[in-house]
Amino acid sequence: MSSTLKITLIALFMIMTGLGLALYKNIALGFPLLPGVSEDVWTIESKISLKPVRGGAVEVVLALPEPDAGWVSLDDHFASSGFHFSVKEQNGHRRAHWTRESMERATTLFYKTQVYRMKEVDLRDRVVPKLEPPYLTRVNADVMQKVVESLKKKSSTPGEFARLLFESVNQQQPDQDMSFLLSSYGGVHMDVVMDVLAYAEVSAQLIKGIFLEDGRRRQRIDSLVEIIDGDRWLIFDPKTGQEGLPDNFFIWQRGPDSLLDVIGGRNSTFEFALVKNTLPLKSILFMEGQIEEQPLLDFSIYSLPVEQQGIFKGLLLIPVGALVIVLLRILVGLKTSGTFMPILIALAFIQTSLLMGLVIFLTVVGFGLWIRYYLSYLNLLLVARITAVVIVVILLMASLSVVSYKLGFHQALTVTFFPTIILAWTIERMSILWEEEGPHEVLIQGGGSLLAAVLAYLMMSMAFVEHLTFNFPELMISLLGVVLLLGKYTGYRLFELYRFRDFGRIE
Amino acid sequence: MKWISPKKLRQLGILGMNSRNIDYIGRSNNRSLFPLVDDKLKTKKLAEKFGMSVPRLFAVINNQHDVQLLETQLSGRDKFVIKPAQGSGGKGILVISEREGDRYIKSSGASLELRDLKHHATNILSGLFSLGGRPDVVMIEDMIVFDPIFSHYSYEGVPDIRVIVYKGYPVMAMLRCSTHESDGKANLHQGAVGVGIDMGTGKSLFAVQNNIKIQKHPNTGFRFDDLIIPGWDHILHLASRCYEMVGLGYFGADIVLDKNKGPMILELNARPGLAIQVANQAGLAKRLKLVDQHILPTPRDVDERVALSKQLFAKEQAAINV
Repeated sequence: MSSTLKITLIALFMIMTGLGLALYKNIALGFPLLPGVSEDVWTIESKISLKPVRGGAVEVVLALPEPDAGWVSLDDHFASSGFHFSVKEQNGHRRAHWTRESMERATTLFYKTQVYRMKEVDLRDRVVPKLEPPYLTRVNADVMQKVVESLKKKSSTPGEFARLLFESVNQQQPDQDMSFLLSSYGGVHMDVVMDVLAYAEVSAQLIKGIFLEDGRRRQRIDSLVEIIDGDRWLIFDPKTGQEGLPDNFFIWQRGPDSLLDVIGGRNSTFEFALVKNTLPLKSILFMEGQIEEQPLLDFSIYSLPVEQQGIFKGLLLIPVGALVIVLLRILVGLKTSGTFMPILIALAFIQTSLLMGLVIFLTVVGFGLWIRYYLSYLNLLLVARITAVVIVVILLMASLSVVSYKLGFHQALTVTFFPTIILAWTIERMSILWEEEGPHEVLIQGGGSLLAAVLAYLMMSMAFVEHLTFNFPELMISLLGVVLLLGKYTGYRLFELYRFRDFGRIE
Repeated sequence: MKWISPKKLRQLGILGMNSRNIDYIGRSNNRSLFPLVDDKLKTKKLAEKFGMSVPRLFAVINNQHDVQLLETQLSGRDKFVIKPAQGSGGKGILVISEREGDRYIKSSGASLELRDLKHHATNILSGLFSLGGRPDVVMIEDMIVFDPIFSHYSYEGVPDIRVIVYKGYPVMAMLRCSTHESDGKANLHQGAVGVGIDMGTGKSLFAVQNNIKIQKHPNTGFRFDDLIIPGWDHILHLASRCYEMVGLGYFGADIVLDKNKGPMILELNARPGLAIQVANQAGLAKRLKLVDQHILPTPRDVDERVALSKQLFAKEQAAINV
């Protein structure tokens, strides 16, 4: 069997396998081929890490989320590595208990839940919390008295009072009294706010929850403040003074109860990894129910910890970018500088947005070329030269960030997403090309690389493509087959039809 | 600006880049043999072993310490070339054609001191001219005094003849003449003129510069029509014998004509470009297939191969209208 035939057969087999698996998942398991027809389902993986104290029993108690405002929790999973585990219910609050006689080394406990917002509704009514006057030192009480009085003078309702309070706490330079309070509370805004509210006899409580951001790995618990204003609850974000419940805030717990109690451990941390899936609810539920019975799903990316799922979301896009490059080089004949450099640029574009990315890229490479032009006079050895360019690139990135930040263009801060070493190599190659072949060739190859990067970016940033690569990773087998076939393509490139155009005129 | 259809290109037997890479370079060139042609020093030593005619090498500098020997190595010589063994595209080649006391005169007329030559050697050693900046070695060899027949057709540089050799058969050839635009270099994409050569007789067929057919050399003004390359048979033999020498199935041999010593191998190229097809207004793929059809189970010797090539590829009837 000739090698071409063999490869063709292998490639076709791969393409069919990938497509077949994807179709099976679509038809039999109900995975949708198109994104957008489904809910955003968030997977929240909570990680409690703790270190042992010498001897003694360990007990970890975690208040389980009590979703509100239309959020619904789909299911819970616990991982308890050697701990005795139970969920206890008390006064309508569910708490997870992990206990163990002794613990020798640092341990991590996991709790995973999947949530989505069924409908956007207001918070449920709650019993108005009992007012308890804060415990204050003499000096603090005096200052607080002054703060409360001055705020009360300007406001007529608890709502207005709270608004003014958040404004004055979040000022760049709070007034003297407020500064004093903040410093005596160690700069913790939340504590100041809660005590001032209590002192002013405004009923208030904390809402603990998480700001949902796709792909975040070390999100911490955040708190909002809700106050009662007549018969309405008002919600404030104490960090910004923003009123109302943010759309991406998942409520874990309302009220003063503790969220996590650790007895017999030290240095405990509580972190979340977040991933967003756009799948129909049905499939998610189905998948969760059958994940153990379905080998196809058990060995899928869904079986990985959420943290790794987030990484794979980006990783799985790279083959798509690579395919674009293969097509452009083999079928079109586009010249790029560095084979896969355009993919890395495209990955950076995903972070920076296209226009901003182009501006940053051209600025850094342009400046870099200019500086490299001076370096070439010095006749340095290659490694030293590249290192010099790397340092210059980093300096450029830093100054670009600082200058644009001062000017108010915060987008330019994303410059850090560009791979430094790749930028330095690009500059080095371009400058050698400039010396050897002239600016014309630099324009051709540089333009080719940018065009390839933009096309790869456009492909990789399509919601449809991201949906397919993440939910149907088996399509990568098909992609591999396609690439194998392309590797055996001996036909003409598109640009050759132009290059040899004059042959049409002979005879 | 009309494009050509792939069907038409296939009919004409034009070789495309993908096909060149897979069907010819990939299939008939063993990777382990590439260094033999990528390093000009290796090529030259091999050629000398095989008794092929090459510009005489009289000194090699391998390391920075030996640069100080340059003066002794150059004593008594006034026409020589200093070049990097792994240079690409004619970079880093310094031609000294005369000596006036302590001064060395370049072919362009500029005068240099020994110090400048040493500096140039240092640059070569540090990889300034090699691909990817790899450390390199310096070669010093005899200057080529090119055959006066070419003086009308080349500007500020040495013209060379590129012959594509497939499985030992010369299949296509062109003369590459430097121009003012190409800055003395013989690379077509830098603006040098490519002159297609009739495999049967060594007569010129067409001349192209930047993909456009021309009649006269843009700088010297001489017509290419009446150009005949002397000693054509000898050139084809030389190119064909390189096959036994390096063992590559598909390569380009660059040959220069020295006034006194006749044709000499300058270097070999394992990835020869496709522009030769434009200069010849003929497709390579067609000729390569023809060679494959005429291959015998017992290999032919050089004479037989050259004879067959001349017979197969002599001026085709379609291409007389120069």
